[in-house]
Amino acid sequence: MEENNRKAWLYLVPAILFLGVFLVYPLVDVFVYSFEEGYNFASQSRFGVGLYNYGKVLHDVYFLQAVRNTFILVIITVPVSTGLALLISLGLASIPKLKDLFQTIYFLPYVTNTLAVGLVFMVLFRKTDYTDGMVNLLIRWFGGPTVDFIDGPYWAKMFVLCFYTVWVVLPFKILILTSALASVKQDYYNAAKVDGTRKWRIFTRITLPMISPMIFYLVITGFIGAFKAYSDAVALFGTNLNAAGMNTIVGYVYDMLYGNAGGYPSYASAAAIILFVIVLTITCINLMISKKNVHY
Amino acid sequence: MKVVLDHLTKRFPSRSKKSREEVIAVSDFTFEIPDGELVGLLGPSGCGKSTTLNLISGLLAPTEGRIFFGDDEVTRLPAENRGVGLVFQNYALYPHLTVRQNILFPLQNLRGADKLTKEEMNRRAEEAAELVQITPYMDRKPAELSGGQQQRVAIARALVKMPRVLLLDEPLSNLDARLRLQTREELRRIQRETGITTIFVTHDQEEAMSICDEIVVMKDGCVHQIGRPQEVYDEPVNLFVAQFLGTPPINVFEGEVKGGKLLIGGAAVLDTPGIPDQPVMAGVRPEGFVLDEDGPLACRLSRVEVMGRDITVVCSHEAFTGTMIRAIIPSESQVNTASAEVRFSVKPGKTRIFAKETGERLRPADA
Repeated sequence: MEENNRKAWLYLVPAILFLGVFLVYPLVDVFVYSFEEGYNFASQSRFGVGLYNYGKVLHDVYFLQAVRNTFILVIITVPVSTGLALLISLGLASIPKLKDLFQTIYFLPYVTNTLAVGLVFMVLFRKTDYTDGMVNLLIRWFGGPTVDFIDGPYWAKMFVLCFYTVWVVLPFKILILTSALASVKQDYYNAAKVDGTRKWRIFTRITLPMISPMIFYLVITGFIGAFKAYSDAVALFGTNLNAAGMNTIVGYVYDMLYGNAGGYPSYASAAAIILFVIVLTITCINLMISKKNVHY
Repeated sequence: MKVVLDHLTKRFPSRSKKSREEVIAVSDFTFEIPDGELVGLLGPSGCGKSTTLNLISGLLAPTEGRIFFGDDEVTRLPAENRGVGLVFQNYALYPHLTVRQNILFPLQNLRGADKLTKEEMNRRAEEAAELVQITPYMDRKPAELSGGQQQRVAIARALVKMPRVLLLDEPLSNLDARLRLQTREELRRIQRETGITTIFVTHDQEEAMSICDEIVVMKDGCVHQIGRPQEVYDEPVNLFVAQFLGTPPINVFEGEVKGGKLLIGGAAVLDTPGIPDQPVMAGVRPEGFVLDEDGPLACRLSRVEVMGRDITVVCSHEAFTGTMIRAIIPSESQVNTASAEVRFSVKPGKTRIFAKETGERLRPADA
């Protein structure tokens, strides 16, 4: 027994070491930084310890803007992408013939580089001296006023960011939901059919409960993913997100560390901890709801 | 409600893309099931018995032929309008619903004139639960029940909407041996009490023989024989049916008919008047052997199994097609276990003769 225990620990040492050095230690360090006022990397000096960093960050208009953006992004994209993915998966499940082809097409965004996709969105939405972008051409075709989606009004930019996020996260969700739907045994549907169950009732009373664990998995990871959004915004609006008014919380953290106004690890740490608390809270709420509604 | 199958045929397109050949799952099935009877579709795996059940339930559409419930033709009627109750092999109970919700489910589907009030639904669910004796478990989830209890819930769910026909697909195959015995009695009781015409599919001949009013023996999509269990057991129309029914199985010997006598291993075993001379297969039921010192059938004794109620003599014979003959004789019989040889004569009523080529039954003139 003793022997075995020692062996087990030996096997675990590399993982523990790496995780400790690159994950646990930095996490603890971030927590410590966030309470150290005016910490300086170069001189390793600080003025004092306290909640000053949090106060500063929470009163920073850029941070508040980032929080607002992030929340809008989360609230719009998580339900929309999950709902859309469910619709598409149901559609895919009911067309056996071209299913493979469409599955491949829907999966493409997943394997495409974020920045490459960003470029495509530029072509679609950006107004330049030469062209208004494809979408604007379409709008004008139907007689609407053109909009500058990249440098224009806030709602237009937010629309593009949400559109982009939904489009990027869809493939994974479709993949998960298609396999979840396929794993519901045909017998349940046959039983329901013999009993004369209407389509909608089959969907709400049988299909949905059966795939509910997967849906909640997608919602929880979707929330976490959307809260951590950053690269998508960069791909669309460039690195100066504060100027574009499209910064996210992670973007704010990055800017505080390395951006033009950077060099404030204390503020960055405080912002990161705030993000952590938000995500933790939301995930806990999610888990509580799922306990009530997810079957088995 | 009587159920009539009229030249029912189901062909499936071939799985492989190369061959255009169709797979015939059910071929030209004609049968009238009298009202209130319990009928067993019996056959080895892949014989088309489940397909037949699905055709009757409406989950599959027949390629040819017609189906009647009573005088109504239901061939083109979708499953939900046929009024059938279907119990699946793995029960297909909705795992996220309680037993009560599972049983209520079919009732909640009713619309229009058939729509029931909440009290009426609950009353019917309680009734169905009582019939199959699962009332104490109404608020449990299926996963919290044993296999036998789940089975009962599945039957209650099928019965609660008062179907015209009850269909059961291998209802007992997921239960352990003891529970299977118990449940099949239960099944019989429920069927008797409700009087619903019931068709059930099984590959277990004992199951079918023990509770069915009538059995249908199928193989490769074709019906081989239909009849009362005892009748089919005693008078099989061919070698397949003879071999499929009975445990231990019928003992099949190679032999020939010559001059009105059945010869096994050269010895005349039985008079067979009227059968022309030809090579044959002779089947003797285990209980068809009679211990006889001067008997024509000389077998090498392997061992004797004493079961209490009777004795099984395990022996071999050069003309035997299997490995070991199993002969069941009364427990009073004295078998000389020291001897290497045991001699039998056979009972004419328990010996059946089949043509060697076709396997068709050959009937002596006096039988």
